[in-house]
Amino acid sequence: MKIKSTTIVDTFAEAFKMYGSRVIITAETKEWAMAAAQSITGFATSVIGCKCEAGIEAIIDANDSPDLRPGVSVLIFAMDAESLGKRLMERIGQCVMTCPTTACYNGLAEGLPVIVGGQLRYFGDGHQISKVLGDSKLWRIPVMDGEFLVDDQFNVQESVGGGNLLILGKDQKATLKAASAATKAMRELTDIILPFPNGVVRSGSKVGSKYKKLIASTNDAYCPTLRGVVDNSELDEGINSVLEIVIDGLTLEAVEQAMRIGVTAAAKPGIKKISAGNYGGGLGQYHIHLHQLLASKDWSGET
Amino acid sequence: MALKLKLHTKPEVPLEADCICPDRMQSLSTTEIENLTVFYGNRQVPLRDFFECSGDFDGEIDVEGDLVDVKHIASAMSFGKITVSGNVGVHTGAAMSGGEIIIEGDASDWVGPEMLGGRITIKGNAGHMVGSGYRGSTIGMQGGEIIVHGNVKNETGHVMRRGLIVVGGNSGDFTGVNMLAGTIIVLGEMGIRSGAGMKRGSIICQTKTELLPTFSKSCDYQPSFLRHYFKYLQSLGLTINDTLMNSPFERWCGDSIELNRGEILLSAGK
Repeated sequence: MKIKSTTIVDTFAEAFKMYGSRVIITAETKEWAMAAAQSITGFATSVIGCKCEAGIEAIIDANDSPDLRPGVSVLIFAMDAESLGKRLMERIGQCVMTCPTTACYNGLAEGLPVIVGGQLRYFGDGHQISKVLGDSKLWRIPVMDGEFLVDDQFNVQESVGGGNLLILGKDQKATLKAASAATKAMRELTDIILPFPNGVVRSGSKVGSKYKKLIASTNDAYCPTLRGVVDNSELDEGINSVLEIVIDGLTLEAVEQAMRIGVTAAAKPGIKKISAGNYGGGLGQYHIHLHQLLASKDWSGET
Repeated sequence: MALKLKLHTKPEVPLEADCICPDRMQSLSTTEIENLTVFYGNRQVPLRDFFECSGDFDGEIDVEGDLVDVKHIASAMSFGKITVSGNVGVHTGAAMSGGEIIIEGDASDWVGPEMLGGRITIKGNAGHMVGSGYRGSTIGMQGGEIIVHGNVKNETGHVMRRGLIVVGGNSGDFTGVNMLAGTIIVLGEMGIRSGAGMKRGSIICQTKTELLPTFSKSCDYQPSFLRHYFKYLQSLGLTINDTLMNSPFERWCGDSIELNRGEILLSAGK
């Protein structure tokens, strides 16, 4: 299959079951809301080293936010609900509560509840105040600029992590341009995040290493400098740069849609192939086949 | 189709009709509903002596007529919906734990006393003791919402423990007296001695008012939780103007004769 001059490799992305949550951060100005959002999503590129994956999902207009102030929605993913609850507590406590004027709300209507504000409240040292409004309970924690308002519970739900695309280009410039175009298009979607820097990762990994202590190491099959060195290189002659886009989503459908849009946007001059990363199919619960994605009757993109 | 009850004979003395409640009418035929007992003064009479019944009960009850002398409507209600196209008497929604009551007219005293959950909406005014505890009770309203679009009289939220009371107009004296916790929002003016004896809880008022000397001022600030509340109130049909939405609030803490953990927030915008 080809899109323009780019070959779409007949392979699949191997994605995993994760647990995801949506955190709504509001503040007096969109700059402060964004500052907290950037902080809470920092050092959260991969569960391998960061214990969670996180990213900014969308900017929320003041009229649509829970307290009519500018907001940002953030998605955070971890491998299980308990772990995600801990990450939420740590990150909201350290990155949102600390940021001037912010408030923090659960952004999922359904799911498994984990207690967040109900633990953070102890920071109030007995001066915290609970409020029940409708079906939600909130905590007002006194802080030096007034109060930090946070939901008692946040919902987490089964989600999909590790959807991915590999963009194989003739050089670094063309590959970077294609990756940027893909991430720009994918960021228009909701229910997904791209957890790596600016949505793109260059240090894709394989499972295991020659060093026993490492659980993951460089994806040598896609490193252009190792073509001719390793015997499993996936790179043809003329492919001199590879970039990966990793997608985490609240649903499989959201990840699939992001991949469709990403493939279409990345198929640019200078991109020889678009592929996807997998581990042979034995690890991940979800196999997202590129050809099936693009052949789907729901997809009207150019193929 | 909702069950319809139409008052055909106005009682000369108060009529106690706690049977007008989804919990009591559930799975009864229209005939059985007509034969439910009400207390007319000290006499037991069937509901049909005062109300004309039609339709089938499907969880909703529409009541028509001036029910100002009908007491205990929806007492201990736990589900469903009652809409009254007129006024209601005392003790409406007493100890209700769920469902919704909508009063298109005014309500007498003791709306939602010792309420546990659900919502009561009054489009007109309400009397004394909205969401209060009965005399001698140490705990009043423990959950749910009472939304009064008009004015209320004295002792709203007396010994309130949890829940939300909103007054679209003015409240009388002793608003939130001996309050234990919960939230009272007054979008008009409050009478005197608000929050007297309160331990915890929040009383929020759009206008400044004279407070008891046992309250002391903490600060002027813009509590973000109030914007969250105001958005919720807008969704319930109450008018929150931009001045109030963006207003700073004076925070007064008290009552220092008690725990001093309560708060009265007064809009500094007016």
